[in-house]
Amino acid sequence: MKIHICLTGIKTIILDCNNISQYSVFLINSALMNRRDIMSAVNPDQYSYPSVFIYGHRATGKSHVVLSIMKDLELPHASVDCVECVSSGLLFHQVLSAFFGPDAAALLPRCPSLSDFVRLYKQMSSNSPATQTRYIILDRAERMRDMDFSLLPALLRLQELVNDNVTVILLSEIVWEKFRPNTGCFEPLLFHFPDYSKGKSLVQILSWDHHPSYTPELYASYINILLGVFFSVCRDLRELRHLAVLNFSKFCEPLEKGEAKESDIHKLWKNIEPHLQRAMQTVYLREVSSVQWEQQQMDEKEATTLRVLSAHAHIELPYYSKFLLIAAYLASFNPARTDRRFFLKSHGKIRKTNFLKKHEKTSNHLLGPKPFPLDRLMAIFYSVVDSRVAPTASVFSQISSLVTLQLLSQVGHDDQLDSPKYKCSVSLDFILAISRCVCVCVRLLDLLALSLVIQSQVVRQERSLFTAVSNLHLL
Amino acid sequence: VQDRCGCVLMMLCDGVCVQAQKLLRERLCHQKLPDQPVGLDSQYKHLLELLRRTAVHGESNSVLIVGPRGSGKTMLLGCVLRELMSLKEAQKNVLLVELNGLLQTDDKIALKEITRQLHLENVVGDKVFGSFAENLAFLLEALKKGDKSSSRPVLFVLDEFDLFAHHKNQTLLYNLLDVSQSAQTPVAVLGLTCRLDVLELLEKRVKSRFSHRQIHLFSSLSFAQYLDVVRAQLSLPPDFPDPKFSDEWNHSVTKLCEDKTVEEILRRNFNGSKDFRSLHSLLFLAVSRVSVSHSTLREADLIEAWRLISVDSKANVLHGLSILELCLIIAMKHLNDTYDGEPFNFQMVHNEFKKFIQRKSHSIHKFEKPVVMKAFEHLLQLELVRPVDSGVCKVQREYQLMRLMLEHGQVMEALQRYPQCPTDVKQWALSAFG
Repeated sequence: MKIHICLTGIKTIILDCNNISQYSVFLINSALMNRRDIMSAVNPDQYSYPSVFIYGHRATGKSHVVLSIMKDLELPHASVDCVECVSSGLLFHQVLSAFFGPDAAALLPRCPSLSDFVRLYKQMSSNSPATQTRYIILDRAERMRDMDFSLLPALLRLQELVNDNVTVILLSEIVWEKFRPNTGCFEPLLFHFPDYSKGKSLVQILSWDHHPSYTPELYASYINILLGVFFSVCRDLRELRHLAVLNFSKFCEPLEKGEAKESDIHKLWKNIEPHLQRAMQTVYLREVSSVQWEQQQMDEKEATTLRVLSAHAHIELPYYSKFLLIAAYLASFNPARTDRRFFLKSHGKIRKTNFLKKHEKTSNHLLGPKPFPLDRLMAIFYSVVDSRVAPTASVFSQISSLVTLQLLSQVGHDDQLDSPKYKCSVSLDFILAISRCVCVCVRLLDLLALSLVIQSQVVRQERSLFTAVSNLHLL
Repeated sequence: VQDRCGCVLMMLCDGVCVQAQKLLRERLCHQKLPDQPVGLDSQYKHLLELLRRTAVHGESNSVLIVGPRGSGKTMLLGCVLRELMSLKEAQKNVLLVELNGLLQTDDKIALKEITRQLHLENVVGDKVFGSFAENLAFLLEALKKGDKSSSRPVLFVLDEFDLFAHHKNQTLLYNLLDVSQSAQTPVAVLGLTCRLDVLELLEKRVKSRFSHRQIHLFSSLSFAQYLDVVRAQLSLPPDFPDPKFSDEWNHSVTKLCEDKTVEEILRRNFNGSKDFRSLHSLLFLAVSRVSVSHSTLREADLIEAWRLISVDSKANVLHGLSILELCLIIAMKHLNDTYDGEPFNFQMVHNEFKKFIQRKSHSIHKFEKPVVMKAFEHLLQLELVRPVDSGVCKVQREYQLMRLMLEHGQVMEALQRYPQCPTDVKQWALSAFG
């Protein structure tokens, strides 16, 4: 099969498809306008526009298409990934060695400036003048904004500065408006790579990975099931491919065991769907590595809970540390004026009305934890813990270990020794998990529930609150 | 015979098309100097006169050429220098030093560059010897020793002049302008800049040595003149090798410029910016669609080129988001509407999203908080959401305050174009206050 590609209509170049991967055939053949546009805008034998900016989501084929055009047409190009270039000297070195050989790059002084690069480039190009347009491809160009401020505007007009037929192609995920310097610069041509549509393109591309021992139709139905679960969350082609590869063996399990035939799609779906939901909570979030996931699948006959990487699920704390953490949470999320009501035996009524009206906007749970002094923490701790505790150094040292574990964070300077302030950095779910382990009396649950009441200023949340309280009692 | 004639015609057409494309491309993207700059006659005469006085009569001058990006400063200077160098006396004597603020980011580098371009004695091959102080002393001595009658005039061209004003102490500018004020080697200092307030950037002692001569390049073209310029840019010159082809081409271009839709497009471009650079990029995209199969410029080409230029890039990005990410953006939009644009954090967005899931949604099922967090971080990476204080913050990720970088109108328009958007999501977006 041969593809005719019109390069500005002047030359038709016939590409032999055996050399190109299926993916690039698909892309070049697709009716999407932008790829034709790019090929017409960059012309190797004549002058081309000094700079081109290509943007689009991840894994939409930007680098792949540009690099395969360069390779297949054998154009002189220098491909640089801006993440690798921590200093601009590395970028200059790579460009010069790609165009003029490593000897030219060796002529660059140490810590070369842009001026040295341009001067050397001019010298080299006058020695070996360009018969074709030279291309500099800068991948992940958003990193260039953090390098020298003059690098980006200078590269955009490089053709004018070095007086040579060179084009700079920038590839990025982020739109051009975020790149433009304050005083303006030479505006490049903008091209967009659109994302894949679910039905036509995405299923087609993902089906290319099909396993040889199963039919493509089976794989296509598997892909459809996978997309049904994951498409509303993520459209990144790389992630979807990774998930497809990881879970296919589990999908084929009933077929291997003989429990179902290839046409029993419903049965296969019932088997794989809960598995995919679990994958969304673990492998998708990188809580579990893919090796661990595959291991799990092999020895999983009974539904065991997955050991996740996240520290919060299986952290082991000493007895008093748990109470300290609970006390810290209450101190962070309850305002100080409610302490009297909660923690004293005899208390007065709290006037809720002014409080409600003033802070109508958002509750503490939305704004984040507030800092509290050490004294308040100890006061709440003593009222929460169920036995008499002496204020020894071992209790206080547990506070500093909680800070080291980053479950509490210290607010303010280190040298504030007399009254340090802390903030609780864990979420309600973690606290509930901890309080489950500790033999917690009903009063504590009420304290937590009441803190939810006081914090939620909006009246209509009371109904949901009652369900929350009852849920807590069920723990 | 007919077949062979047909082939020959095709080949001729092929070759002629190539030449036409080459010429137009050179004009549009290589920025070849035109024979005479359009619409800049008085500025051209002024500048030429000034430089002639330096080059021929040995008078020292300094001038700033000020104009917005793409208004033709470098082009004007190029044309003037080209004419100047055609004069016999200037050609023999004048030394040209070209500096650029983007390349010479420091006075040290700038000084080395000047020394290199003037081929002074402390340059061997490419390397300049000596420290900054020594180089400066050497250069100033070389410039001070001359006088009007016996030394060669030097033209200093400083591109991106405003960047030189950011160097430490403005040493270079001070010394150059100092030389231009005293009776030494005839020196002309030409600055090109896009900033109108460039004089405010100069220090007092530098500003006093500057002659306060500014040439402004503000385009004064009317729309009719603009159309003439378009026609001239697209037409092939009379010395084109194939007169038949060039006549046909020019004729089609004239007809194209009279077409209503094309005029509308050009008027919209003209209303956006009058400078030639944006015009060139529009024409370039149109011209690059010309091929052997259709060898004239058609209005469809221009319409397509205009569509490519005027598309909103953020709308394109929104098109490729997943449903969950789109719901988060709608939640943020609602927060902006309710709280008048105050910054929000992830917890608030998640709260809004949960309210939507519990009450109104049928198609979106409940996602775990970490999954929603991952979607939110993807939006952060795409820079659709930005943290308010962009430094490193000691606040937890969920509570860090953010702003949405999209407008109400952009979000609503993106929803219209979104493929297979569930109706309950659309309804939620259109409802006021969540």
